[in-house]
Amino acid sequence: MSVSTEDKVKRTWGYVAEFDTAASVYEAAKAMKEYGYRRWDVHSPFPIHGMDAAMGLGPSYLSRIVFCGGLMGSLTALVLQFGTQVGLYPTIVQGKPDNLFTIPAFFPVTFELTILFSAFTILFSLLVIIRLPRLHHPLFESKLFTGFSDDKFIISVEARDPKFAREGTREFLQSIGAKQVELVEEEL
Amino acid sequence: MSTQVSAEQDLRGVAREPLVLSGRDYKWITNRICGVVENGQPPIWWLVAIPGALLSLVLLFTLVYLVATGVGVWGLNQPIAWGWDITNFVFWIGIGHAGTLISAILFLTRQKWRTSVNRAAEAMTLFAVVCAGIYPGFHVGRFWMVWFLAPVPNANAIWQNFKSPLLWDVFAVSTYFTVSVIFWYIGLIPDLATLRDRCKPGLKKALYGIFALGWRGGNRQWRHYEMGYLLLAALSTPLVLSVHSVVSFDFATSVVPGWHTTIFPPYFVAGAIFGGFAMVLTLMIPCRAIYGLHDMLTPKHIDNMTKIIVLTGTIVGYAYLMELFIAFYGGNPFEVDAFHMRTVSGPYVWSYWTMMFCNVIAPQAFWIPWCRKNLVVVMCVCMCVNTGMWYERFVIIATTLARDFLPGQWGYYEPTWVEIAMFVGSHGLFLFLFAMFIRFLPMIAISEVKGVLPQSDPHYHPAH
Repeated sequence: MSVSTEDKVKRTWGYVAEFDTAASVYEAAKAMKEYGYRRWDVHSPFPIHGMDAAMGLGPSYLSRIVFCGGLMGSLTALVLQFGTQVGLYPTIVQGKPDNLFTIPAFFPVTFELTILFSAFTILFSLLVIIRLPRLHHPLFESKLFTGFSDDKFIISVEARDPKFAREGTREFLQSIGAKQVELVEEEL
Repeated sequence: MSTQVSAEQDLRGVAREPLVLSGRDYKWITNRICGVVENGQPPIWWLVAIPGALLSLVLLFTLVYLVATGVGVWGLNQPIAWGWDITNFVFWIGIGHAGTLISAILFLTRQKWRTSVNRAAEAMTLFAVVCAGIYPGFHVGRFWMVWFLAPVPNANAIWQNFKSPLLWDVFAVSTYFTVSVIFWYIGLIPDLATLRDRCKPGLKKALYGIFALGWRGGNRQWRHYEMGYLLLAALSTPLVLSVHSVVSFDFATSVVPGWHTTIFPPYFVAGAIFGGFAMVLTLMIPCRAIYGLHDMLTPKHIDNMTKIIVLTGTIVGYAYLMELFIAFYGGNPFEVDAFHMRTVSGPYVWSYWTMMFCNVIAPQAFWIPWCRKNLVVVMCVCMCVNTGMWYERFVIIATTLARDFLPGQWGYYEPTWVEIAMFVGSHGLFLFLFAMFIRFLPMIAISEVKGVLPQSDPHYHPAH
């Protein structure tokens, strides 16, 4: 390649393997899991049904975090409304009381803030869990990899995986049906 | 071994119409949808975008004029203190309902055909809510005081009245807008990554790359992403239903005859879905023809949406008749008079019957399969519905206020040129924003459409 890249020190990040169909990558993922790889992933243009089970991943725990976020929203709304309407600035209008029994009038805002807080919790905790934004990643240097957002299915294996072997992994990926395999390096 | 599933049959062995026609593959879908953004726009796009931009300037001018002069430039006065402004607000917010309905409720009910329309419908939602938000904002009269709506401590130590439906409305509409933006953006991330990967290095690639957040489409990302999307859909479903219910509380919790009815929340929600779907079709049928999306927006999609229109239109018709019946049956003379003046003898009888024709009678054409297939008929009926839903809000708001309890409080309202220019201008803004959306973002959810192809099933094996 060009001279400048040779000057830089590189280390192996891992392999990417390209597959043509959802069915073939699904079978390959099962084989990957069976062989015992741990630091690997299946990159696809759309979520493949049943892939979580094939990779041995459990259900997402995002919902539990969002439940807490929603609860925070409800509490915030109730504190805000009781604090201002009963404590700080009672407005005696519309024939409604200014004590605990005002609560039916507070439902709409409580409901809206529950949804609002949950939605923000989904957005931000999702980004934290899936480690985004991360604008640069060694995979983006690969020529095969960008096919994942079009019509290809990619399996990536990291060199950090205990079962990773420079030759053995390449052969394994080819044996489970990869059309092409590429070595990915990252700059130090 | 895996189960054999052929292209034409689902798991129960029932023949189904495919959602994407002509056996298109992933590559074709990517190229066709990204092509709309990457290739130059056709002349008709400019014919929408330029007038849209100019009309947005008209809107801007009227708003500046209104702020500089005072809210008296509108034709509002006592007794009719709500006119075209609130009519337009409710009209636009109603249109904004179809987007989240398609993305959320149809997602939860596993209606896979939603994938071809949800992106554009969500964009439409956002732009409609932007248009809607302008009206109540400027209706307060002193726009620079609009921050008083927010519960923040201020120098006068005053707090908002949380028992007021008007404040509920502030929370409902702003929550709806925010959640719709989040929903839309999360859905866009994989498609922005597709655009990023197709761009040559440069400013465009950098911008798409930044907004795609470095998406790598790994299944370890997808599984949380899918859960997040599901949760957002589950949260948005009651949210959609709540927003227009809260809007209807603005009217229903008052004691004005003609507004004080318990049927308002469900009736408003059905009307919003009805008007929203009509607007989706009004926008998508031309887009489909201009950009050649016939294989993704199939006759089946149009057929399904027209069926929703006839269903919700009939619910709306039922609500109109029920309002009349309850006025008669309830025995309140003011209520009886309010509806008598609306339908038989008042100054706005013409608007009531325009509404009745456009919203209840015109959509009945969709009972006939031929009408659902003929796009000219579909477009005509949808234009009727768009008009009719505007008239519905006008009938509810202006005709009711025109006849208060005492004849001394009776009036007649006519919009001034400022209100008319604002109304036209907000349509310009809506079209301009939609044209920008088509120009810069994928108008069909690429990853979702790919996901509903038969070959996306991991157990798919082509039948030889």
